[in-house]
Amino acid sequence: MMLVVLALLIWMSMWVLNVRLATGENANTRTIGLSVPAIFGLTILVVWELLVRGLDVPLVILPAPSHVLATFFSELPTLWLDLQQTFLKGALSGYIIGCGAAFLTAILVDRYDFLKRGLLPVGNFVAALPIVGTAPILVMWFGFDWQSKAAVVVVMVFFPMLVNTVAGLQETTAMQRDLMRTYGAGYWPSLTKLRLPAAMPFIFNGLKISTTLALIGAIVAEFFGSPTMGMGFRISTSVGQLALDMVWAEIVVAALAGSAFYGVVALVEKSVTFWHPSQRK
Amino acid sequence: MAPNANSIVISANALDLTFQTADAPVHALKDVSLDISQGDFVSFIGPSGCGKTTFLRCIAGLETPTGGTLTVNGMTADEARRARAYGYVFQAAGLYPWRTIAGNIKLPLEIMGYSRAEQNDRVARVLDLVELSDFGAKFPWQLSGGMQQRASIARALAFDADILLMDEPFGALDEIVRDHLNEQLLALWARTNKTIAFVTHSIPEAVYLSTKIVVMSPRPGRITDVIESPLPKERPLDIRDSPEFIEIAHRVREGLRAGHEDD
Amino acid sequence: MGKGLPVLTVVAAMFALWYAAVPFMNVKETLTGLERAGAVVTPDNPIERRDLSSFGLVFGNSFAIPATYAQDRPRLPAPHQVAQDLWETTVLKNVSSKRSLVYHGWITLSATLLGFAIGTAAGILLAVGIVHNRAMDMSVMPWAIASQTIPILAIAPMIIVVLNSIGIQGLIPKAIISAYLSFFPVVVGMVKGLRAPDAMQLDLLKTYNASQNQGFWKLRLPASMPYLFASLKIGVAAALVGAIVAELPAGGARGLGGRMLTGSYYGQMVQIWSALVLAAALAAALVLLIGIAQRLTLKRMGLS
Repeated sequence: MMLVVLALLIWMSMWVLNVRLATGENANTRTIGLSVPAIFGLTILVVWELLVRGLDVPLVILPAPSHVLATFFSELPTLWLDLQQTFLKGALSGYIIGCGAAFLTAILVDRYDFLKRGLLPVGNFVAALPIVGTAPILVMWFGFDWQSKAAVVVVMVFFPMLVNTVAGLQETTAMQRDLMRTYGAGYWPSLTKLRLPAAMPFIFNGLKISTTLALIGAIVAEFFGSPTMGMGFRISTSVGQLALDMVWAEIVVAALAGSAFYGVVALVEKSVTFWHPSQRK
Repeated sequence: MAPNANSIVISANALDLTFQTADAPVHALKDVSLDISQGDFVSFIGPSGCGKTTFLRCIAGLETPTGGTLTVNGMTADEARRARAYGYVFQAAGLYPWRTIAGNIKLPLEIMGYSRAEQNDRVARVLDLVELSDFGAKFPWQLSGGMQQRASIARALAFDADILLMDEPFGALDEIVRDHLNEQLLALWARTNKTIAFVTHSIPEAVYLSTKIVVMSPRPGRITDVIESPLPKERPLDIRDSPEFIEIAHRVREGLRAGHEDD
Repeated sequence: MGKGLPVLTVVAAMFALWYAAVPFMNVKETLTGLERAGAVVTPDNPIERRDLSSFGLVFGNSFAIPATYAQDRPRLPAPHQVAQDLWETTVLKNVSSKRSLVYHGWITLSATLLGFAIGTAAGILLAVGIVHNRAMDMSVMPWAIASQTIPILAIAPMIIVVLNSIGIQGLIPKAIISAYLSFFPVVVGMVKGLRAPDAMQLDLLKTYNASQNQGFWKLRLPASMPYLFASLKIGVAAALVGAIVAELPAGGARGLGGRMLTGSYYGQMVQIWSALVLAAALAAALVLLIGIAQRLTLKRMGLS
């Protein structure tokens, strides 16, 4: 009971501290901007730990963060193997193939007005569908190994990427196009010097959306069959064995991989579209 | 003076342009005839809808007239566009935000296939011409509006076109910056001997800059008056207080008013 | 030129491709079946056939092409087979039968709708809190944004099993996952929307000495509507995906996700395709409904 009371006390004092920080005079500085969410996140972990210990929550319902952390480090080789299988082989290869194919298709579609009018509404429609449902089909076609996971990822990222790239290629103003015409510039100079650079913010938007989709696709596809490794496989079998500490460790890995993947793409975006108003300092 | 000092570079004869819109056809240009000689500074002035910008775009080959003839350097406007006969300056600077100022000026040079060394030479030269030499490595969004517009003029000057088409280039700038750029433009014109066609809706600007002022009026877009300016080529800013200047400005204003009588 | 003709062309091209792919995908199994029934196929040795490409097999056995469209367990069912299965499992079956897709579809849809309602309500409430409370904004918002980069869907099986172990089964666990997935897009979109009014509009209300409440109801909430609807569309699609994935570990073989899973266990491709088509139709219908609500609301507000 002591621990539960302690948890409540910590929660309340965190809140008072954060309100002080957020309304204090230095609230707009970078340090405070970073420390407020950090304090919040840390408090959640501490309160979680104390509540699990204080209330004696069984492992099969919720393991304590310290328990998850211990499992994370003791099972590091397995987790690394799973990450390789799901992220490096399945998600990443599918991401590259899918986004690359969508990019090339977008360039092609953009050249023909008829195709653009036809494919864009269809693409928008498909982008809203539960494409992850193609996973059982693709697993049957491409087998249990990473190839089928990559195929699911390709299908999942293709349309969001296509729609974003096509939209981006239309992003130029009439004046910018007229300028190109006054130079007597043909299709390729206009594409490489004007329309592709102008499309970059949109292309990166598609690439960023696709990072999350890629991981989801690769993990969920493993629920339909996989070799005896991979994050989705480990999650579903560990859930079956009620080894929730392992599930949580795997979720930590997924969260780290997901944010790292997104972060890398966002960093590249920052260096490519430094000129865009949203990126300027 | 160059041997072809008085040769005609742009010649429009009975030009007509009708836009087909959803409700009714718009007669943007009607029976427009005008000759522009080498080295002229011609201003087009008139209320909005008078066709001054449309006429400039016809010269640039960006619009196709529906009647009459138009030659630029003895070619059709479209041939002249492909031969890169002119530099065009738009209302907004329209610099690419992802290129530096120098990179923006290089853009036409890259498209037209100049060598790397030649590109750098020319960029340095035109940056000097518009007094932006220290800003080549900056990005457009780091510069003021007036500096951006100067860079866009440099971009239009970078290749060897002897015609400069300018569509209200200083329209979005404040009066003080505009005065300064007008002075600079006159100096630049004197130094390069280019032929300049300049669209504006400011009477003082038109009178101060031009050797020839073309007054236009709307519905249908047409020329109502062409005024040859008696002002000397050397024009300090305070020439705008001289009686000659005021008299021409008065005539332009009369021409604009006459065009409005049918409203 | 409108959109109708190009869209129809693209859709027709997709179906044509689908039909064209069927013989190549199904040729091997078809030939094995035909051979067993006594037909002469080339080559007549299954092992040799295994090493040949589908192209070679289809062109070497063109007589078998019609049969590839009529397989019981095709690797790729033809569109009309899927349509026929859909017809049989929706219209011809009693809706309370376990073999009726309407029955399974309703199980998934009810979880989706319940979860979507919970997630949206919670999302809007949190967004209101974030906009009005700076400490909440600074504490929670970075996590809400970061969580969008994380494959949240991965925890679906765990939530199902944990809730199962404390005795909660059926609709609620699935709805919780749906709610969880639709929650974050709504929070982020709604915060953006409630912050949409610019400084001038806020200053105008200050000159009226309007209270924070009045500011919320008269300016922030109306201004947030376009953003809310945009994120509702994302949220409802995510909720449906959540409900389907939540049905995978449930093992009860109920719902569209369950149909997909049993289909993949027993190699019933047609069943998977039918469930997939119905799931797609549900997603499209839900997004369409929100689109209609959006148009009506924005029209009444004079925003469109």
